[in-house]
Amino acid sequence: EFRRFSLERSKPGRFEEFYGLLQHVHKIPNVEVLVGYTDIHGDLLPINNDDNYHKAVSTANPLLRIFIQRKEDADYSAFGTDTLTRKKNVLSNVLRPDNHKKKPHIVISMPQDFRPVSSIIDVDILPETHRRVRLYKYGTDKPLGFYIRDGSSVRVTPHGLEKVPGIFISRLVPGGLAQSTGLLAVNDEVLEVNGIEVSGKSLDQVTDMMIANSRNLIITVRPANQRNNVVRNSRTSGSSGQSTESSLPSSTPNTLGSLLQGEEESDEEDIVIEESGEPQHIPKAAPSSDSIESLSQMELLHEPTQNGFLPSTEMNSNHSAGSISMEFEGPEPGRKSLEEDGTIITL
Amino acid sequence: LSQTVEHGFPHQPSALGYSPFLRLMAIGTRSGAIKLYGAPGVEFMGLHEENNTVMQIHFIPDQCQLVTLLDDNSLHLWSLKQHGGASELREEHRFTLKGPPGSPPSATQITAVLPHSSREVLYLGTESGNIFVVELPSFQVLEDRTITSEAVLQRVPEDNCSRRSCELVEALREHPKNPDQILIGYSRGLIVLWDLQNNKATHHFLGSQQLENLYWQRDGSKFISCHYDGSYTQWPVSSDNRQPEPLENTVPYGPFPCKAISKIYWQTTKNGLPYIIFQGGMPRASYGDRHSISVIHGSQQTAFDFTSRVIDFFIIFSSEPTAEFDDPSAMVVLAEEELVVIDLKTAGWPAVHPPYLASLHCSAITCSHHVSNIPLKLWERIISAGSKQNIHYSSMPWPIDGGTNIAPDPPQRDLLLTGHEDGTVRFWDASGVCLHLLYKLSTVRVFLTDADPNDNMNTLGEDEWPPLRKVGTFDPYSDDPRLGIQKIYLCKYSGYLAVAGTAGQVLVMELNDEDAEHVVDHAEADLLQDQEGYRWKGHEKLKTRDGPVRFEAGFQPFVLVQCQPPAVVTSLALHSEWKLVAFGTSHGFGLFDHQQKRLVFVKCTLHPSDQLALEGPLSRVKSLKKSLRQSFRRIRRSRVSSRKRRGGGGNASEVQEANAKFDQDTLQEMELAPVQRKIEARSAEDSFTGFVRTLYFADTFLRDSSRHCPSLWAGTNGGTVYAFCLRVPPAERRMDEPVRAEQAKEIQLMHRAPVVGILVLDGRSTPLPEPLEVAHDLSKSPDMQGSHQLLVVSEEQFKVFTLPKVSSKLKLKLTALEGCRVRKVTVANFGSCKTDDYSENDLAVLTNLGDIQIISLPFLKLQTRYPCIRKEDVSGIASCVFTKYGQGFYLISPSEFERFSLSAKWLVEPRCIVDVPEVTSNNHVHNKSGMENAARKSRFFSYSFLERKSGRLMEHALLNDEKVLKEIQSTLEGDR
Repeated sequence: EFRRFSLERSKPGRFEEFYGLLQHVHKIPNVEVLVGYTDIHGDLLPINNDDNYHKAVSTANPLLRIFIQRKEDADYSAFGTDTLTRKKNVLSNVLRPDNHKKKPHIVISMPQDFRPVSSIIDVDILPETHRRVRLYKYGTDKPLGFYIRDGSSVRVTPHGLEKVPGIFISRLVPGGLAQSTGLLAVNDEVLEVNGIEVSGKSLDQVTDMMIANSRNLIITVRPANQRNNVVRNSRTSGSSGQSTESSLPSSTPNTLGSLLQGEEESDEEDIVIEESGEPQHIPKAAPSSDSIESLSQMELLHEPTQNGFLPSTEMNSNHSAGSISMEFEGPEPGRKSLEEDGTIITL
Repeated sequence: LSQTVEHGFPHQPSALGYSPFLRLMAIGTRSGAIKLYGAPGVEFMGLHEENNTVMQIHFIPDQCQLVTLLDDNSLHLWSLKQHGGASELREEHRFTLKGPPGSPPSATQITAVLPHSSREVLYLGTESGNIFVVELPSFQVLEDRTITSEAVLQRVPEDNCSRRSCELVEALREHPKNPDQILIGYSRGLIVLWDLQNNKATHHFLGSQQLENLYWQRDGSKFISCHYDGSYTQWPVSSDNRQPEPLENTVPYGPFPCKAISKIYWQTTKNGLPYIIFQGGMPRASYGDRHSISVIHGSQQTAFDFTSRVIDFFIIFSSEPTAEFDDPSAMVVLAEEELVVIDLKTAGWPAVHPPYLASLHCSAITCSHHVSNIPLKLWERIISAGSKQNIHYSSMPWPIDGGTNIAPDPPQRDLLLTGHEDGTVRFWDASGVCLHLLYKLSTVRVFLTDADPNDNMNTLGEDEWPPLRKVGTFDPYSDDPRLGIQKIYLCKYSGYLAVAGTAGQVLVMELNDEDAEHVVDHAEADLLQDQEGYRWKGHEKLKTRDGPVRFEAGFQPFVLVQCQPPAVVTSLALHSEWKLVAFGTSHGFGLFDHQQKRLVFVKCTLHPSDQLALEGPLSRVKSLKKSLRQSFRRIRRSRVSSRKRRGGGGNASEVQEANAKFDQDTLQEMELAPVQRKIEARSAEDSFTGFVRTLYFADTFLRDSSRHCPSLWAGTNGGTVYAFCLRVPPAERRMDEPVRAEQAKEIQLMHRAPVVGILVLDGRSTPLPEPLEVAHDLSKSPDMQGSHQLLVVSEEQFKVFTLPKVSSKLKLKLTALEGCRVRKVTVANFGSCKTDDYSENDLAVLTNLGDIQIISLPFLKLQTRYPCIRKEDVSGIASCVFTKYGQGFYLISPSEFERFSLSAKWLVEPRCIVDVPEVTSNNHVHNKSGMENAARKSRFFSYSFLERKSGRLMEHALLNDEKVLKEIQSTLEGDR
């Protein structure tokens, strides 16, 4: 079935509303669908959040082709780059999915069903040769799944090259969290754990630090494979030289440390069972005026926007729910970076 | 942090020395330490930089100096010098004898050292047979005075000796009357009396047996030699016969082949009967494995049988040069594991109870507990109980009494209690520098064990030969490891003592000054309750004795609680006011009312998946230990003690080398396969989560903020804290109403680290006082108006919660930030050394890295941190015990406690002066200057002593008048 309708290009509104609109115009109010569009290269790309929705609208020239598939019989392989070269006709692929039924595909749910398991953070403040990886453990049963060992690495010092002891990732457990992220690899050198440098610490100390922080583990590594580094635009390409490798600005570990500590409060509440027998989280006692923790809590709220990592589930739903009420409540300090424009949908 | 003194017995002693002049004893160890001991409280310690084994120690006659020989053939000169009002031991010089280029190392390998009475030279006998002379204190070799083996051979008739008879100098002895003559004993049996003035041999003595050692008779008319075949020989020295025949040759334990006699003393007495004292010489086949020293005096003969290898021994005898006879008073024997002193004056030759160098490890230490500031009454009662145990000791005053202890008297009476593997608890006086055994308590009598109490090696018949007599207390072989003591709690106010052991036994005792025979009440605590399907594969519980048991005066058990399953008791708490005892194992915990002798409740803390705890994995370890113990016993019985050998060559050193090489190889292999550590979050399913780590009684606000009540807190390995509300009937109805308990709270720490400490802070944020502390007016009563706070210390974090409504207030994350874990924690009171009225409570924390951190209360701020124990020293860290006033102890070896102090106010360390005694008269030629020197020194020391003690008296004293000074000193000492 084909439908044609118009949108105001300058104010496309939010994805949620657009999604509702699609369901409305197709008269399928309760059917979960996948939305895709063809970009200028002819690639079929998904529309599933505000960002790619806005991107799609901006590429309309002037027409924007939107493809809708029922979620249960969607062909995920149709998405992606090179779809044009691989398959002559995107449309035919979408319309005749039977061609590809031979290999069963893993069903991947929508982003809102996801919880981030890992992210690369602090790209803007770290040297390009380093990578700061955050592993989200939550209450999952999935093991963190990696091993560390002692080793030695070569450092550039004023006296020339020097061999110094270091801690390295020695093994990844298949199917573990660390392996599944693809961000950590065997022989990566561990430089920091939750903002604390590991140099001078023993293998057992580092092990204990990692385990103690396992609910919210942030490790900074120097990847053994330096070819997948993020290259920043601000720098001329190929500048990932020795100069950046020396060390971080001394302030970063500290700010990070306090940030992380504050952030952790929320997900590490102890449980008390009173006589009633009902387990409940232990509340925080009213903080005294000079509490440092409240300060770090503030800093924390800015962090997601700085680092640009994928927002967690709760954040995501907050945003979408907040969009409608935004006009009435006015901007909240923690959400200032979100889209605050009103929503105009033109049929 | 200051590490102040080492208590106990030096680990692996290797050499012994004694100065009759200073009356000081020196012990060297295999790790290169040297320790000097004199009167109680007088001790010095030095450490050779090389950390090599100390082979020999020789005091320089009539000097505050000594020379040590290490196994790397280096000589070290140490001296006691006064510094800042106290004497200090310092290394002055070191020296290694060098031969001419190209000569083999044996040419200069030192085998015998003789400090000459002139104090100017050392004679060094070597493996090559040459004797080198070095000047003191410069260690300058006086080459023209070297006594070469060639020179000796030229003056000995050739028909009796070959070149080889002058190889290896075994002994060097100066003539007791004529300092110009020295006796040289060569290994192959040739003995030469050498005249130093004329550089020639005046006498030579042809022994047929390999020589071990020599000893002069006091008047210099005879000497005695001892030999490898277990014989000793007396030789006359007279001017008319240059090549005398032996007077007497005896094999004391013949006729069958005997082991070597390695050292011998010949001591003259007034009544004419000499003492002949020698080490070894036992019949090789049947007693070759004994470590013995025999004393023969007329018809009396005893072979003292030591519990471990004899390192060396010396005799204390009259050293006055004018005295006609030796008149030995005591024999001091350094065995590998203990020091034994035998009183030779008293009939029966009883042992003397040493005031220091106690063998802490006579049975392996399994736990320790420190109690500060013991009330005088309890102190006296413990001492009186202990004195009844020591009746078999000699009453002789301690014979090694050199030096003066000038340390101030200890400010309070402190007890250190050590629990041992054999089921005993030892009470040590830990107030001062000398750790002294006060009383020994055995829990064995309560139980029926396989060990037959009559299986005693002492019960040898009258006419047994050789006349062996077991001496010493070292006995590391416990027959039943279940008896081992794991936890101790002593209430110093009431005298109640709770002791818990390896097989789940908990004993409550009280102090009784009389012997008594009574029945011990017995109860069982089933900690599994109604958990089904669990099987305990560990050891069985101990069988108890039925009927009344006789107990000696002291702590006598009146209640026995046995946990079921009989796993190791991992935590213990006693509340002497409420008359309750709480105990925990890896399965749960229980509360027992020892007044009514009734179990109040038990709580199982097991996680359903915790199979490991139920099967008792410790049992396997224990049984392995037991089989090891048995095989050690077998080895001990069969082993032929290896012959003492000095320096290089020989089989033993080859084996050692091979071992070292093997160690190195395995090390390298280990480096090839690097150690890995798994990074995994702790889950609730980890084993041993139910293991109860800590128990705590507190009178606090558990349910509402208006009423406080007694409570019991328990913390587990899995990060769970349980709180029970207790109802203890008032004193007048204490026997009529039962004690009741109800669970009020359960806190689960999400980081799941083991809970190692629980503490309640009162309204002023002060830790609650100990039971009965307030009743004895020794503590302010706690503030019950303000709100109480709960401090939970886990291995990883410190957390403060409010009470009664549990909300988190403060926390300090240790592991997340530093990667270290809490091993021991205690509240310590730190007093100011400037003003008496200021003191504060802080947490003293020992981490798994061996650091000590001080954390403030109640704000949990890290105050300071010191490295204390090496992080590899796991047993040292595990053994650490803190005192209430910022001191602590940890084991640096199985037999030694290191004492440290975090407090500026409470510092217990040796502070002593070694006075050079006046040489009343002497017949030595070179003594003139030395005597002046000594006199001057002695005056100097007394001066400084007085200055310290009483500045005001000084002003009136005539500084130059020694008589006045002495009078003042004696009155002062009398006062003290």
